[in-house]
Amino acid sequence: MSASTDSLPSTPRIKRRRRIRSLSKREKIVVALMLGVPLLADILFVWGPALASVLLSFTNWNGIHGLHAATCKPPPTPAILNNGCWYGFQNYHQAATVYPEFWPAVWHNLIWLAVFMFIATPLGMLFAVIIDRGIRGSRIYQSVLFMPVMLSLALIGIIWEFIYSSNYGLINTVLGRTSGSGLIDWLGNPKLNLWAVLVEGSWRQAGYVMVLYLAGLKSVDGSLKEAAVLDGLNEWQKFWRVVFPVMKPINVVVLVVTVIESLRAFDLVYITNKGHNGLELLSVLVTNNIVGEVHRIGFGSALGVVLLVISLVPITIFLYQTFHRERRA
Amino acid sequence: MSTPALAMRGGTEPGVAATRPKRKRHPGRIAAQVFMIGATVLWLIPMVFAFYVALRPFAETKKYGYVSLPHHLSFDNFVNAWTQSNMLQYFLNSAWITIPGVILTLFLASCVAFVVTRFSTRLNIALLIIFTAGNLLPQQVIITPLYRLYLMIPVPHFISESGLLYNSIAGLIVVNVAFQVGFCVFVLSNYFKTIPAEIYEAARVDGASIWTQYWRLTIPMSRPALGALGTLLTTWIYNDFFWAITLISTGNRRPITSALADLQGEFIANQNLIAAAALLAAVPTLLVFIVLQKQFVAGLTLGATKG
Repeated sequence: MSASTDSLPSTPRIKRRRRIRSLSKREKIVVALMLGVPLLADILFVWGPALASVLLSFTNWNGIHGLHAATCKPPPTPAILNNGCWYGFQNYHQAATVYPEFWPAVWHNLIWLAVFMFIATPLGMLFAVIIDRGIRGSRIYQSVLFMPVMLSLALIGIIWEFIYSSNYGLINTVLGRTSGSGLIDWLGNPKLNLWAVLVEGSWRQAGYVMVLYLAGLKSVDGSLKEAAVLDGLNEWQKFWRVVFPVMKPINVVVLVVTVIESLRAFDLVYITNKGHNGLELLSVLVTNNIVGEVHRIGFGSALGVVLLVISLVPITIFLYQTFHRERRA
Repeated sequence: MSTPALAMRGGTEPGVAATRPKRKRHPGRIAAQVFMIGATVLWLIPMVFAFYVALRPFAETKKYGYVSLPHHLSFDNFVNAWTQSNMLQYFLNSAWITIPGVILTLFLASCVAFVVTRFSTRLNIALLIIFTAGNLLPQQVIITPLYRLYLMIPVPHFISESGLLYNSIAGLIVVNVAFQVGFCVFVLSNYFKTIPAEIYEAARVDGASIWTQYWRLTIPMSRPALGALGTLLTTWIYNDFFWAITLISTGNRRPITSALADLQGEFIANQNLIAAAALLAAVPTLLVFIVLQKQFVAGLTLGATKG
């Protein structure tokens, strides 16, 4: 599908697009509705809350009673009197200094990103390169490796529990460590569980990266590869010097997917142990401030803004690569 | 594919390179096969193993562990997981969220994509950026204000028992649609661009209104893209865990994917039942995997290969 649409030139058409002004009044209303309703939904339920996150992060608010513009009073004031007030950078300050789960969560998100970027992504790329060369059985390999991408992460978390179960599980049985002092608690031990969950996450992510690269490899001009071989490059050189650079758009997509998925990571740790005891992530901390018993809207928003700021980096890269050419056209 | 292994070794000589490079064989090929077979087996183990556990009674695996020969295999756990829980309700909730969600998303996104590809307004790129970037935000960035917003928006009681968007099926449809529209606008606008403008010109000369051009021309011509996106969205919305965990507080209004968290607590004393319940929840996605895998991949890569 993508191949056929890619081959059609699109530049001359832009000039032939119509101007809104040329439409009748009735048609203008139709166009306004077609554009306005989805835009309103997007602003009300996505961008509005995103901006509200930023504003709320400077307040101290438990969600009950109203918000007001007054500055919060200094510490000895009882919390009940300091509700809904302007808190400055206090939420951020507290997160970084007194909230014990903050830095472990940041660290875990970074590890998550590193594993996705340096293990899951290269693995997916390798799968794609091998499958793209059309070895025997590649269709079966592709289907099986892709299957986890279709499954929900909640489900993935559950089915892996049987692999990791400390008393009955597959790994410990094979290792002979299902009881006594040798028992390995893969999902309970805070030193191990993040890595165990990352294996689950990579199991899915590698398949995702694989299909993206398969699409990328198909779009690489075959004559380019042949020219590389004629130039005497071996397979390794051919891939890194010719094929990989040509796939730049896909590389950016994969980069964005990798970073965003690492920031979004939530389902796996939540289904495993609600994101405690070694599995803290920023996403979980945000959520705990609204689904828990204590609602700290300002504080939760501040944690959300941390995620927002980090995610804007890959988002900007992606938007730049996607739209800067169109802007020129 | 059936070329003898020894026929062409060392593909670096120019003479060999001139033939199709795909057909040549060397030790790397065997290594690749071994690697891929190993990976495929590793990739299958978690699913197959969970299925094996689900087929066996709890008492048996408690005694012998999950890695043991079966004494008794049956679908009892699947039957029990279904009858001892609210699964039917959860599945219905999923259907009530997913089906309207997918249709609405495709409809709204195609409207936007149609307008931005058919008309040149100065805001075109800004609009595309708003929609695309909105979909890339981590959900947790917006959840806190969204949660408050959901508690503020009243909804008629015949739509939501809670009288609010919070804790209602309607609320989940809304957030899934609002969030996914961005991705679909991006993909569809790329697709619509490839429809030749001449077709629209001809339609206009024949007196077709904007709506007719959209509904009678663009939509039918984009069926492959809409099908691929529809498959993708169905899976994504069905698989959603986060929105349902945070925006639904009543267990029996949860869709099946997030209800798995509740089922895990309910069946805590019988892990084999959990395995069965989880696999039942996977049935719709596995069906999509078997029947519509190509569509799904097409949807996923449609967005990626452009730009």
